[in-house]
Amino acid sequence: MNIDSIKNGVVIDHITAGRGMTLYRLLDLDGVDVPVAIITNAQSEKKGKKDIIKIDADIPVDLDVIGYVDPGATVNIIKDGAVSEKKKMKLPQTLKNVLKCKNPRCITMTEQELPQIFKLTDADHRTYRCIYCETKANI
Amino acid sequence: MMKRSVIDITDLSREEIDGLMRTADDIIENPGKYAHICAGKKLATLFFEPSTRTRMSFEAAMYELGGAVLSMTDAATSSASKGESVSDTAKVISCYADIISMRHPKEGAALVAANAASIPVINAGDGGHCHPTQTLADLLTIKREKGRLGSLTVGLCGDLKFGRTVHSLIQALSRYEDIRIVLISPDELRLPDYVYNDVIVKNKMKCTQTSDLLWALPMLDVLYMTRVQKERFFNEEDYLRLKDSYILTPEKLSHAKPDTAVLHPLPRVNEISVAIDDDPRACYFKQVKYGKYMRMALILKLLQESGAVKEDV
Repeated sequence: MNIDSIKNGVVIDHITAGRGMTLYRLLDLDGVDVPVAIITNAQSEKKGKKDIIKIDADIPVDLDVIGYVDPGATVNIIKDGAVSEKKKMKLPQTLKNVLKCKNPRCITMTEQELPQIFKLTDADHRTYRCIYCETKANI
Repeated sequence: MMKRSVIDITDLSREEIDGLMRTADDIIENPGKYAHICAGKKLATLFFEPSTRTRMSFEAAMYELGGAVLSMTDAATSSASKGESVSDTAKVISCYADIISMRHPKEGAALVAANAASIPVINAGDGGHCHPTQTLADLLTIKREKGRLGSLTVGLCGDLKFGRTVHSLIQALSRYEDIRIVLISPDELRLPDYVYNDVIVKNKMKCTQTSDLLWALPMLDVLYMTRVQKERFFNEEDYLRLKDSYILTPEKLSHAKPDTAVLHPLPRVNEISVAIDDDPRACYFKQVKYGKYMRMALILKLLQESGAVKEDV
C-alpha cells in the first residue's frame, strides 16, 4: 500500500501497531482541516508491524502526547519533500489537558474549568496520576 | 518568607515531622509559652462537608495559640451553594484570614485552594484522598505512647481500601526504621495495590497481610482500628455486609500484648467495644488531644514560614 509522500508536514513513524488511532484521537487530528493519513499494520524491520500517521501540512503536534502514547515513536518534520528534523520521543513529566480524570470523586468533575493535569509517577510502568486525586490515567 | 501549604503528608519531610512533634511536646510541657504567639492572626476553617471534631480541633488549636477563628461550617449557606469555585473562595478568604484549614468532599479540592490562595492552606480532608493532620496526630500518639517511632510492629485493621488515614500513616511510617506492617482486613477491603506497591514494596517495608485479627493481635505493638465508612461505598448492600467484619472486644484484646497501643481516627461506630475505653491500652481519646497539639504545631510552623508570626518562641 502506498500513500503519496508529502511535501511539507509531519510524519509520525514507528508507532507501535494498534496505537495509531489512539494517537490520532488524542492529537485531535479529527478536528483539523488538512489531509491526514493513518497507516496501520505497516511492515517494520524492527517491530514487525507499525502504525504511521502522515499530516500533509506544517501544523504543530503535541510531542508530549506522542511521548505518552508511544515513547518509541519518531516524529519527522518534512520540508520541501525532505526530512528537515527528526525527533525522538521520551515520556513527558506532565500531561496537561490531554486526558480527563475519570474518578467521580475528583474535584475536576465538578469544577470543569480546572486544567486536567497528570504527572509521571512511575517511569518504569509508564504510570501517570491525576495531580488532584492521584487516580491512575487510562488511555 | 514564603507561603507554604500542606495537602498531603508527603509535603512534610521526616525532619519536619520530627520538628513538629518536638514543638507539640514543648506545647504540652509549656502551654503558657505559646498562649499568645498567634495573637492578632486568624484561621479560617472552610468546611464544605460536616466534620465537627476536625473543625473544632483546628479551632481549639488556634485559640490555644492566642489567635482568632473565622468559621464556615455549612456549605449549603455559603457562596459555594451559589456555584462559586473553590479557587474563588480561596482567593476571597485570603483577604480575610492568615491561614486556611479546609475540608471538602471532592478529592484534590485542597490542592486547588492552595494553588489559588495567597495564604497557607492546610488540608483537613479532601474526600477519600488525604488527611495529613490526622496522620500527624497518629504519629505523635505512637511516639508518646510507645516512646519511639521505629522498631515497631503496627497492625492496621478494618477498611484498608477506602481508609485514607491508613494510606497516609503507612506512607509516614515508611520513613522510619524497622517498621513491620500487618494489614488486617477482609479481602474486599484490602489495601489498594498502588499503595502496596508504591509505598510498602518501594520502601522495602516488612509487611504481612491477613484477614485474621486474632492471629495478628499477639505480635502488635500498635493496633490501628478503622471504621468501615458508609460514605465511601456506592452500594449500601456491600456496606451492610462488611461493616461488622472486625470488632475489637475485651476478649479479643486479651490476646494482645499488655502494652499494645490501640488507636482509632474516630468517630467509631461499633468496631471498638466501649468496654475497652477504660483499658490503659486504649489511646484513641488521647489521640484526639495529641491531634490538637500537632495542629497547633503545624499552624504555628506555616504562619512562621509565611512571615505572619515571628520565628522566636
